[in-house]
Amino acid sequence: MNKIWIGLLAGLILGAVDGATAWFYPETKNLLAGIMVGSSIKGMVVGILSGWFARKVQSTGWGIAVGAAVGLLFAFLVAATDTVNGRHPYLEIMFPGFVVGAIIGFLTQKMGATPMKRQEL
Amino acid sequence: MELSDSVLAHLRHVAALPDLSGTRYELESEIGRGGLGVVYQALDRELDRRVALKVMDAALAGEARLIARLEHPAVVPVYDTGSLPDGRTFYAMKLVGGARLDRYIAGNPSLAERLRAMRRIGEALAFAHTRGVIHRDLKPQNVMVGEFGEVYVMDWGVEAVAGTPAFRAPDAHLDQRSDIYALGALFQFVLPAAAPPALRAIVAKAMNHDPAERYPDVPAFLADLERFQEGSAVEAWREPWWHRLRRFGERNAVLLWLLTAYVVVKFLLFFLRKV
Repeated sequence: MNKIWIGLLAGLILGAVDGATAWFYPETKNLLAGIMVGSSIKGMVVGILSGWFARKVQSTGWGIAVGAAVGLLFAFLVAATDTVNGRHPYLEIMFPGFVVGAIIGFLTQKMGATPMKRQEL
Repeated sequence: MELSDSVLAHLRHVAALPDLSGTRYELESEIGRGGLGVVYQALDRELDRRVALKVMDAALAGEARLIARLEHPAVVPVYDTGSLPDGRTFYAMKLVGGARLDRYIAGNPSLAERLRAMRRIGEALAFAHTRGVIHRDLKPQNVMVGEFGEVYVMDWGVEAVAGTPAFRAPDAHLDQRSDIYALGALFQFVLPAAAPPALRAIVAKAMNHDPAERYPDVPAFLADLERFQEGSAVEAWREPWWHRLRRFGERNAVLLWLLTAYVVVKFLLFFLRKV
């Protein structure tokens, strides 16, 4: 399995798990299915981008940093377009999004096949 | 006229020096002396480079041909061979700088450096075995570690050699498994006093008195060494569960830290929200 597929899969699973934590909040409990789907899609996008980066750069540190940054960016976009009780849930979405992005970045660096470099003639 | 002991000793020494007059080599100094020959440093006048020259009994001339067959980065290459006027034979080989393995280990290198040297020795031995050559006398004195970490295994497969007691397998007949025993003994020598139990288990398996219980071949030994270096379980040791847990933690420390960070963030967000 290549790194993009690893990112996609990790993003799907971690995004769904992260979305499922909305169950603990009474104000979002009724929206659980929608949050899980949205969070999974966000996770998959972060995973694809992290996987693509991992194919280009083999560095655990940079993988984590880029994954975290991309996770933070998409979490910000989601939080900016979402309102709960009349306010944008920046903290609730961006902090976990940042850490989930870092985890996805780490996994794409550690797992999955790197494409063979074309040999120069 | 009577000669003093020191003069007699000097004369004996000079008489034993090889007569290289008919060769392209010029004797410089003695490097080492063993039961099967003497190694000198010599100058190759034609190529203007220093070589190691091993002078030995003509009956052991096969050693040069044997080593010449082993073209491997960890086997000292043989350049030339010939005979001396007194009937002895010699061969010229690369003059390796650096230290003998025993002296290298006395310098207290790191575990990673020790393991790297062991891997190189194992690779040379594995290669020799594929060519049907067994070493017979693997010991620290027969391994050189170069200035840049390169490793050379020397003194290969001389039939007359029966091994050095501390490194010789208790087998009646020397074969590849006897070399694996010697490799285990060498590994024991190379390891520091406080070596991890997994490495001690590799030594114990390689040095098992029953040849059938040793590693079947050198690549199997090297594979176990590689497993240790990668943080995986070694075949030679059935580790207790707490060791397995600790190894898992060490291998996945970054991931565990990230997961912990996620759980902490979630808890903080949940409880701060209620404050």
